[in-house]
Amino acid sequence: MVEPSFALAQIELDISMTSKSPYLRIERVSKAFGDFQALKDISLDVQAGEFVCFLGPSGCGKTTLLRAIAGLDIHNVGTIIQNGIDISALPPSQRDFGIVFQSYALFPNLNVVDNVGYGLVGGKMSRTQIKARIAELLAMVGLVAQGSKYPGQLSGGQQQRVALARALAMSPGLLLLDEPLSALDARVRQHLRGELKQLQRRLAVTAIMVTHDQEEALAIADRIVVMNEGRIEQIGTPIDIYRHPTAAFVADFVGQMNFVPVDCESEGRVRLGEAILDVNGESPMAGAAATLCIRPEDIQIRGVVVGQGNSVAAVIERVEFLGSFCRAELRLVCGRRLHADFSINAMRDLSLAPGQDLHIALPADRIRLFPVPVSAASHHG
Amino acid sequence: MRCCLLLLGLYLTVTLVLPLYTLLAKSLQNKDGHFVGFANFARYFADPAMLQSFANTVHVSAIGTIITLLLAFLYAYALTRTCMAGRGFFRAVALIPLLAPSLLPGLALVYLFGNQGIFKSLLFGHEIYGPIGIVMGEVFFAFPHALIILVTALSVADGRLYEAAESLRARPARIFLTVTLPGCRYGLVSASLVIFTLIFTDFGVPKVIGGSYNVLATDVYRQVIGQFNFQMGAVVGLLLLLPAVLSFAADRIMQRKQVALLSARAVPLQPKPRPLTDRVFFCLAAAVAGFLLLVLGMALFGSLVKLWPYNLSLTLKWYDFARAGTDGWGPYFNSLRMAALVAAIGTAIIFGGAYLVEKSRGAGRLRAILHLLAMIPLAVPGIVLGLSYIFFFNAPDNPLNFIYGTMTVLVVNTICHFYTVSHLTAITALKQVDAEFESVAASLKVPLYRTFWRVTVPVCLPAILDISVYLFVNAMTTVSAVVFLYSAETKLMSINAINTDDAGNTAAACAMGMTIVATSAALKGLHSLILRRVERRTQAWRKR
Ligand SMILES: Nc1ncnc2c1ncn2[C@@H]1O[C@H](COP(=O)(O)OP(=O)(O)O)[C@@H](O)[C@H]1O
Ligand SMILES: [Mg+2]
Repeated sequence: MVEPSFALAQIELDISMTSKSPYLRIERVSKAFGDFQALKDISLDVQAGEFVCFLGPSGCGKTTLLRAIAGLDIHNVGTIIQNGIDISALPPSQRDFGIVFQSYALFPNLNVVDNVGYGLVGGKMSRTQIKARIAELLAMVGLVAQGSKYPGQLSGGQQQRVALARALAMSPGLLLLDEPLSALDARVRQHLRGELKQLQRRLAVTAIMVTHDQEEALAIADRIVVMNEGRIEQIGTPIDIYRHPTAAFVADFVGQMNFVPVDCESEGRVRLGEAILDVNGESPMAGAAATLCIRPEDIQIRGVVVGQGNSVAAVIERVEFLGSFCRAELRLVCGRRLHADFSINAMRDLSLAPGQDLHIALPADRIRLFPVPVSAASHHG
Repeated sequence: MRCCLLLLGLYLTVTLVLPLYTLLAKSLQNKDGHFVGFANFARYFADPAMLQSFANTVHVSAIGTIITLLLAFLYAYALTRTCMAGRGFFRAVALIPLLAPSLLPGLALVYLFGNQGIFKSLLFGHEIYGPIGIVMGEVFFAFPHALIILVTALSVADGRLYEAAESLRARPARIFLTVTLPGCRYGLVSASLVIFTLIFTDFGVPKVIGGSYNVLATDVYRQVIGQFNFQMGAVVGLLLLLPAVLSFAADRIMQRKQVALLSARAVPLQPKPRPLTDRVFFCLAAAVAGFLLLVLGMALFGSLVKLWPYNLSLTLKWYDFARAGTDGWGPYFNSLRMAALVAAIGTAIIFGGAYLVEKSRGAGRLRAILHLLAMIPLAVPGIVLGLSYIFFFNAPDNPLNFIYGTMTVLVVNTICHFYTVSHLTAITALKQVDAEFESVAASLKVPLYRTFWRVTVPVCLPAILDISVYLFVNAMTTVSAVVFLYSAETKLMSINAINTDDAGNTAAACAMGMTIVATSAALKGLHSLILRRVERRTQAWRKR
């Protein structure tokens, strides 16, 4: 996993957070399908012009929440307030949003122009105004030459842009996107997510995007809402979510993470096998079992001296070449295993190879502790 | 939206639920309309003549089912699993009986095996009027229905299974028993249930060729039209529902046992040429197709000769209905008018209804109930539906009484009679349309009816055409339900054919039957022409 850059998003978020009343306020929303509780007590504020991502594993209720905001599946409990108006009971046709579905739902028997203009026809606009608006929208998504084609004759990426243009045609205040990029192949996906973000920025439209792809969420969102089993686990900027996961689930789901069981020695100190490690931030009571989390890229190998604080001895078991970096599986003296990412340079300079002994450091400010043995830790070994 | 759903519910209640309820109630009442419990049933089972026709019905249905199933299976196997020549031709021929009213094979059999028939000697002194004739006619009538199911069942096969069996050196007979038969077990069971029900409840064939051999369907007719014994008619009508109820139960059991036969990685079976087998199946298929064509050809020939079998010179005089004193062409135009109305109104109601059931939001329980109601007509034989309609619409205290004896009641009845298959066709087509179109429309503030017109209807046009042709052809050929409901002004061609045959004019009856076949065939032809044009016009967006 390449660490995404999110410095820009951080700065811009600070601007948007300063505005007072939120554009969209979701208060204690729950939704059940029969006996099954799909959304459990969801509360969330979205600022005007913000780009929010709902991130979570498949089936966690992201789409259900999005559809509740759209009014397509009205929630059972709670209120949704958009632009100061309680829209909880309104049908979708009386709410202000544009939506893009995973399947795009383009009308197959209408060409690109008619698809994009579908919501404009029959409104207050004159024929020439509609034509101009469609041309403007097509130019915006870069499909000027494709107007007379049918959806079946377009590539996946082009279809996605048509769906986007159609959703934006009525200049909605809120743009809802349900996994809009997941049907595309990796390269197109990366390209389009950049364009999507730029467009949203330019139009200053508030956007909510559902995705199960954490890389996509980190790259595109101003704020990420991590969901699990119908609940919100954490809300925060990408850097927040990545650096300071407040729940083990988030730590596991976003990015790569090592989970190691440890014992708490005293406040701020844990025992990992023979080694004693310092930990910044909160830690559970002394004597309690805890789980230590550290990202593979946060493990240091360069310039670690024996006996230095927070260092442990390890042996390299396996090295996996991943293009721009390498991921090594390390075995500690106590038998625990850790993944660590090393740059190709470090590999070469230190001539790292399986079987080699080395000392690594686990920086205190990069370690997080979670009180219970984390079930999610099981799939990290 | 909810309003439309309720309207559809009201429509189905009035045209389906209430009539059937009236039938049920009637069977539990005496002549004065007092509740008598199961007294009518007790009377029925105490009457040896009645019991005899029940036994007769089971007897001919069982034999007819076995023969039809055997022939249809071999034919379907030949079409799907061999490389015999002329498969397209054979497939087309096998579907011809669908275009004919069921009395037509009865008439043709009279010509072939009747007292003056050419093949009378083949019966070794037996009468064609009776069980033999009924079984032969029913085989003709039920054959395509069985074939469609079995072809579908046999088309779904994993070629890899056959390759595996062959590589294990299994002999062809063993492969057949261990791979082929288990693979289409479900199809075989449902085909036999469907044709047993069809034969059990058919009215046209036994009416024409049954002679004094009574079956349940003719009993109902006699009780009601002949003796005005509505209560007994209702009892027999309910008995006619038996096979459908049994089928439903059997289907449930089968479906529980049915596992997906085709995994995603299955490779379709490509039949390989096997010269000897192909030739054997060619002969078999030719014999069956020959029988079908012989029956149809005989009806045609019978309608074209001056005086069978004495004067075989050709004439068109039997088609001159005006001169023959058989109500002229009036019934034909009545039939056309009814079929057109059924096709137009029926398609609108059924497709619109299916759209509401499939695509509207909320009202989940109401939609589930409507879907269930739409499934009922499949289980109700025409003769029972017709009977229910008399009881319901002819009741003097029914405010809808005024439509009794009009074209309206025929149209409404026929739509109801053929509702289920059309509904399922529509649902299947609608399921293939992206489920989010309605959501997109709502987000764009476009009213639902506009999306329905601009998108759903064009996308589903082939299915809509299929439904309307299905309704038209069935409205042209149906006898069983409408035979209770027509009046002097609304007499239909198929009923006129039965009456004309009753009056002893078989040749004119044949001519009427053939006119129906020709009309249905012409419409089918028109349908494929339109379909081709639609496809050409829409290929811009249908093709990838
Ligand atoms: N219409 C429905 N009826 C019953 N269960 C549903 C329905 N829609 C979604 N669910 C269930 O709700 C849960 C959340 O679904 P969804 O919001 O689609 O998840 P995702 O996060 O993958 O978008 C799933 O377990 C799903 O099975
Ligand atoms: Mg989803």
